[in-house]
Amino acid sequence: MSSKRGGGSIILATFLLGYMLSQIPLPQFAEWFRPEWVAMILIYWVMALPERVGLGTAALVGLGLDLIKGSPMGLNVISLLIIAYLTLLLYKRLRMFPLVQQAVMVMMLVGINQLIFNWVHNLMGTRSDTLIFLLPALMSAILWPWLFVILRGLRRTFRVA
Amino acid sequence: MNQTRSYLSLLITPVQWIVDAPAQVADELSDVLVTRSQLTDENRRLRQEALLLKQRVQQMASLTAANVRLRELLNGRQRLDQDVFLTELIGVNPDPFQHQIVLNRGSEDHAYVGQAVLDSGGIMGQIVEVSHYTSRAMLITDSRHAIPVEVNRNGFRSIALGNGSINQLELVHVPDTADIREGDLLVSSGLGGRFPQGYPVARVSSVQRDPGQPFSIVKAQPAAMLNKSRHILLVDIPQVTELPADLEQANPEKVTPEQVGIETPESSGEQ
Repeated sequence: MSSKRGGGSIILATFLLGYMLSQIPLPQFAEWFRPEWVAMILIYWVMALPERVGLGTAALVGLGLDLIKGSPMGLNVISLLIIAYLTLLLYKRLRMFPLVQQAVMVMMLVGINQLIFNWVHNLMGTRSDTLIFLLPALMSAILWPWLFVILRGLRRTFRVA
Repeated sequence: MNQTRSYLSLLITPVQWIVDAPAQVADELSDVLVTRSQLTDENRRLRQEALLLKQRVQQMASLTAANVRLRELLNGRQRLDQDVFLTELIGVNPDPFQHQIVLNRGSEDHAYVGQAVLDSGGIMGQIVEVSHYTSRAMLITDSRHAIPVEVNRNGFRSIALGNGSINQLELVHVPDTADIREGDLLVSSGLGGRFPQGYPVARVSSVQRDPGQPFSIVKAQPAAMLNKSRHILLVDIPQVTELPADLEQANPEKVTPEQVGIETPESSGEQ
């Protein structure tokens, strides 16, 4: 991150917060509803600053997430790379969308993330019998408007550009 | 690859500590913010419990001695004794498909892959990944986990598989005619060489015998409190050690925690 453009620490802080949120212990049933915080935060930053936060950041963030979740190395890297790439293709449209429509797009993107996860889990023998693994996508979409407003507030307050 | 992973895990260890911090603080606070009467109550209860446990250990010593003598008569092998380390849970895997917990002992504290993880109720699982200051343990209910068990009542052997639900294990390939009932205690059989022998694993919760099926469907409930325990024991894969053969030496009064291999926080040099 270049020195002229401030706010790198803000971006880092939001990702660290995302790591913590995605790791906070929840009751067993609530685990299924846990939104994909890190993926959502990544989508926001790619959308807001596509020339700054891109595939490189996605790969690094994914590596950290792999370590936190104890998933096979590279699983989160590849899924976040795909999400970041799709967001890079879409960001001009996403910015124009009203919040609800954005939320639907976020549901799609996180859904893709979950599908990749389920696919790899299948390969490794933990099969899901139902579509319950898609619930985080729905939760992420529901929470997206709030996250978006908060992160936009942060970005404007600290002039992250 | 594992080496790389354990070094990279050092980077996220602080994050794990921070996430666990509120729980730690709450623990501390609940210790500080209690009334005198609560403390005396707890003290009395603990003293009673200690008395009960001591009484049981007394019996245990004579039983152990008897056991050793009988084994000597049979020219059997020496009983295996285990080393125990205390540890604490600092995290849970956020992925609901994987039943894993994060513990605050790593390779620096002599944790290693394959070490058995227990709580006060029974076997919880085994360590699958070790970093320097933390380690990751897979619970027995993980759908990729299996543990060899035997029925405590009659020694019938089977394998208990996790099926991904936190309070259920499944016994596989149990013949319809096997002597197994609801309420039977399943203990680890030690056959796989991974788990120490004779620790409680689960209690049979239902036996379903369907004449159309080749095997009966046996479900069991884990004895350990898999989603509640915070204080956890790591047990070494047994090494051959000789137990004192006569009662005098096996007197529990004379056995210190160091002798039986329980590492107290003072002796390990941690807070």
